[in-house]
Amino acid sequence: METAVFYVLATIAVASAVLLVLFRNPVYSALSLVATLFAVAGLFVLLNAYFLAAVQIIVYAGAVMVLFLFVIMLLNLGHSEALESTVGRYRLTGVIFLCALLVAQLTAVGTRQLRGPVAENEALRTENVQTLGKLLYTDFLFPFEVASIILLVALIGVVVLVKRETPETT
Amino acid sequence: MAVATSHYLILSAILFSIGVAGVLTRRNAIVIFMCIELMLNAVNLAFVAFARHLGQADGQVFVFFVMAVAAAEVAVGLAIIIAVFRNRETVDVAEVNLLKW
Repeated sequence: METAVFYVLATIAVASAVLLVLFRNPVYSALSLVATLFAVAGLFVLLNAYFLAAVQIIVYAGAVMVLFLFVIMLLNLGHSEALESTVGRYRLTGVIFLCALLVAQLTAVGTRQLRGPVAENEALRTENVQTLGKLLYTDFLFPFEVASIILLVALIGVVVLVKRETPETT
Repeated sequence: MAVATSHYLILSAILFSIGVAGVLTRRNAIVIFMCIELMLNAVNLAFVAFARHLGQADGQVFVFFVMAVAAAEVAVGLAIIIAVFRNRETVDVAEVNLLKW
């Protein structure tokens, strides 16, 4: 059962990721990225990471993709004359690099002994949110605070970047 | 029966490679950004798979931080794209070549 669900979700994820690269219209690319993100969220559920599955859907499929679609439509890129030719002169380089990377990754995965039994952690499965919350506020307290500063700096940076230069009014 | 960890890692590798291919072949800056998000998601999947394999929650906490940084990165990146579009009326990375020698 679990294996079947894994293969269905994996197929959806890979297929929509390929479509993301192949679609010429950026709006369609964004929508297929949403499909990939939902499939990965389903895989998180299979891996007993329930909290991350929820965050994945809320933050990525919700907030981040709305931001993408907002910018695409704000800049009117879905329009036909703004479409670029999908593939430039880097196609061959890209494909060769991709194949080499994939072979290297599969070799690295294949040579390790990862088919052994999975270490059981009952707390991580039954009390997922509690476990993560405790870790975030004890062992990872400092990185947690740094992450909040990063978000604040990004917020200020975005405002500064997008703000129009206005002539000095004296 | 649980799916073996190596299956998740292979899926993660495939998704990451598709993301790299997209970054290398596409010229629309926004689609390039989406491919970067795809790569981050592939890495997240590997993190969670290892967290289950080792029975530790640290991997899931790291995914949390990756998501936070990715959200900040998307906001800044899209702001840069908007600023570039204002100046040059394009998001084609082949035409934005001011910093190329």
